[in-house]
Amino acid sequence: MNSLHSSGQLWRGMTQRRLGRRDALRMGGLASFSAFLAACGVKGQGNPGASAPAPDAVAKFWEGKTATKHVDVASWPLYMDPKQPELKAFTSETGITVNYQEVIQEMGPWFAKVQPQLAAKQPIGFDIQIITNGVQFKQFKDSGFLAPLDLAKLPNYAKNAGPAYKNEAFDPGNVYSVPWTSGITGIAYDPAKTGREITKLADLWDPKFKGKVGMFSDTQELANFGLLVLGIDPGKSTPDDWKKAADKLKEQKSQGILRNYYDQSYIDALGKGEVWITQAWSGDVFQKNVSEGKNFKFIIPEEGGTIWTDNFSIPITAPNAVSALTLIDYFYRPEVATDVAAYINYVTPVPATQELMKQKAAAATGDDKKTLTAVAESPLVFPTEADYAKLHYYRNFATPAEYQDFQRVFEPVVLG
Amino acid sequence: MRNSRALHIYTWVVVAWLTLPVAVMIAFGFNDTPGRYNQTWEGFTLKWYGRVFGIDALTEALLVSLVIAIITAVVAGALGTGIGYALGRYRFRGSGTVNLILFAAMSAPELVMGASLLTLFVSMGVGLGVTTISVAHIMFSISFVSVVVRARVLTLDRSLEEAAADLGATGWTTFWRVTFPLILPAVGSGMMLAFALSIDDFVVTNFTAGTTVTFPLWIWGATRVGLPPQVNVMGTLIFAVGVLIAVLSGVRSRPRRRRG
Amino acid sequence: MSRLRRNLAPYLLVLPGGLWLLLFFAVPMITMLSLSLQQGDIVNGYAFTGHWQTYVDAIGNYRTQLFRSLLYGAIATIALIVLAFPVAYWIAFYGGRRKATYLFLLLLPFFVSFVLRTISWRQILTDEGPVLGPLKDIGLLGDSFHVLGTPFAVIAGLVYNFLPFMVLPVYVALERIDPRVIEAARDLYADPATAFRKVILPLALPGVFAGVLMTFVPASSDYVNSAVLGSSSTTMIGQVIQAQYLATADYPTASALSFVLMAVLLIGVFTYARALGTEDVMKVAAR
Repeated sequence: MNSLHSSGQLWRGMTQRRLGRRDALRMGGLASFSAFLAACGVKGQGNPGASAPAPDAVAKFWEGKTATKHVDVASWPLYMDPKQPELKAFTSETGITVNYQEVIQEMGPWFAKVQPQLAAKQPIGFDIQIITNGVQFKQFKDSGFLAPLDLAKLPNYAKNAGPAYKNEAFDPGNVYSVPWTSGITGIAYDPAKTGREITKLADLWDPKFKGKVGMFSDTQELANFGLLVLGIDPGKSTPDDWKKAADKLKEQKSQGILRNYYDQSYIDALGKGEVWITQAWSGDVFQKNVSEGKNFKFIIPEEGGTIWTDNFSIPITAPNAVSALTLIDYFYRPEVATDVAAYINYVTPVPATQELMKQKAAAATGDDKKTLTAVAESPLVFPTEADYAKLHYYRNFATPAEYQDFQRVFEPVVLG
Repeated sequence: MRNSRALHIYTWVVVAWLTLPVAVMIAFGFNDTPGRYNQTWEGFTLKWYGRVFGIDALTEALLVSLVIAIITAVVAGALGTGIGYALGRYRFRGSGTVNLILFAAMSAPELVMGASLLTLFVSMGVGLGVTTISVAHIMFSISFVSVVVRARVLTLDRSLEEAAADLGATGWTTFWRVTFPLILPAVGSGMMLAFALSIDDFVVTNFTAGTTVTFPLWIWGATRVGLPPQVNVMGTLIFAVGVLIAVLSGVRSRPRRRRG
Repeated sequence: MSRLRRNLAPYLLVLPGGLWLLLFFAVPMITMLSLSLQQGDIVNGYAFTGHWQTYVDAIGNYRTQLFRSLLYGAIATIALIVLAFPVAYWIAFYGGRRKATYLFLLLLPFFVSFVLRTISWRQILTDEGPVLGPLKDIGLLGDSFHVLGTPFAVIAGLVYNFLPFMVLPVYVALERIDPRVIEAARDLYADPATAFRKVILPLALPGVFAGVLMTFVPASSDYVNSAVLGSSSTTMIGQVIQAQYLATADYPTASALSFVLMAVLLIGVFTYARALGTEDVMKVAAR
């Protein structure tokens, strides 16, 4: 490699002590040093002009790919019953084994972690990754890291997915992704500790909870609440609004109200009593209450919350892509979707589940009946029109530059 | 003498302070907690020792860590012994530079080493995984092995080698039959050091791992929702093995030291 | 032939390991320097533009964390000297036949993974945990009192994790002191405090210096302790660098910050080591 050769010269240039030639060598060394510096560079994968794939991309990707007997899934914590009953049933039905790992805690780190491997065209060890519709979704898509889905192989999805989920703004026509579940970002709290009902975002700034308030470290999640508390719609916010929101968030920190910024670990902090009131994702609290007998509450704040969608996607280098599709489609069976929703308590993309869940509740007895009825009527699993009116979507950034500006406003807040 | 009494007590207080978190870790491996969340004491049980390999991902992470640590010990052992032997035995031009690099590699912040390796790998378009982790671990272990071996070579009694040469042994034979057995204990402890550094490393690994998960990385990720008791059990077992090896090698090397 | 071989021998022995260090220790520093001067984004790639402004912006945005890290590192190092010296002193002069046992006891916790040890502290010190819980129950402490998340917790974690790196070098230095020197000092000064100040302390100083070297750098560049035991108001520069690389993938900013951190620490270390000689440090590190 040329640059290695020149760096050899560099070392000689820096270490040789012979006078006459020294200056010449030093100049040469400096020149090759800068040449080496400039020769380094991180190749991008970007093809931003062509966000939509070529018409034959689907056929080209799937050509020659055959079914395999194993699938590796990268998911988030608290997204499935730890006993994995749905996956066991899937394996006994299809003979495909599933390795389900809860390795994703936050989108930024996940993208940064797999980016080098995907850029080097290597498998990341997972055939399915469940990714949120935020900034990183676009980064995945624009980098060409997502396989175009063969929708013909997803008959259950075609039949059972709700219409809203078939045309989401971040991936129109489900070219690269189909939803796993949606969720709401709101506030979770421990009523025993706060001593009162929590209803609004302003409560996150209440000095009474000094050192006991948690917020998300994900800049988008954090910024959304900073904007909403000021009455600004995140989707329509301007760079000036961002600065105002950042100031508001800094205030929360400088006054010592904030305990920390969290990723998925906020639920552990809530469980340990480290925070009393925190920014939270809707289903987690329910599962925490079930598994640990706690009595935490989750609310959508008066000022509004956000709604997001976590999506199945297949990395372009996945070795078991065909079986991955089989598994994805399996989750769109109404019975399976019902079981999943009943356990994880997140918004399901399969509307038929509500009816099924009511039937199941009617047939069940005791505690099961109570839980199932509660889930079937929960606005967190089946939000009503009124609920949706209070919920905002993530902001779509038009260009990487716009996102970078956004990051440079909120990143120093989180890391300050 | 009153002073020394106070210092004696103080030393034991420090030892207790150092040991407290380890004691807590060991204790919670025996905690009869109903599920995954291991925070409050629920009673004594041995069941987690029976289910120590009950979490596939954790077991796999431990295996990955072991494989990397063995690779590191072997490769860094070989490369580091070369450098250490050369520095201890020969006077040569450039030995100062080698010393300087060894020193720099030992004193550079781990964070910067990990981060700079990541920049190398992304600049070269190399994907991350077991290979890149091993490369990194070997890199930071070489200096430690070198220094250990060099220290031994410097104190070596050269008359033994001279005697071998007098008896007609070639340089090569002398090395393998006389010198190598003499420095072998140092090579062994250097390799053990490399193994220990590797299996415990979090910072550099975090930068060079990609989606590969080692034992410390798994623990780090799992704290997000609560550590399962299996982690305490594995921590306890690793602790026990480490202590055992240290005690045994200490006992074995003691008489030799007395003679020297 | 044989002489040639002998002359070449050290180079051949050094070559493989030296190449490894060159390729994976020295060259990465250059790629990192290069990356810090590049511009772009993670999707479209980064290209070299010699953009020094990144340094200005990075230092401007994160100088608080940089200073905080150096401050925490310094406080931890001073605390380490104060805490470790008496232990090393006692073992060196009063440990008797059990010196090795005491040193072993001090090293014992380090057979447990660094991450696991730190997490264990978190479990002990948690807001309603075994220490603070009972105190809150009997009303000695307010409900919102906490240790975790404070600078104290982070610095205590640093001190805990780096204690052996201070005890060992100080011990080595003290152990080398000839007992007769101390006796002579006692005879001359009579007052033990003066004997300590005028004889033992100067002889122990190289050990303390080595200890400082071995603890200050890792302590001030650490991010695990602050991440596990700290909060948003104790963020250290290591956390910032880590997040810039591994969360936002803003490689130029991250590289610039790493470079600044390394420059600050390494320049310090090298001047320090030059002044005092690296031999002692290397010897201690080898133990």
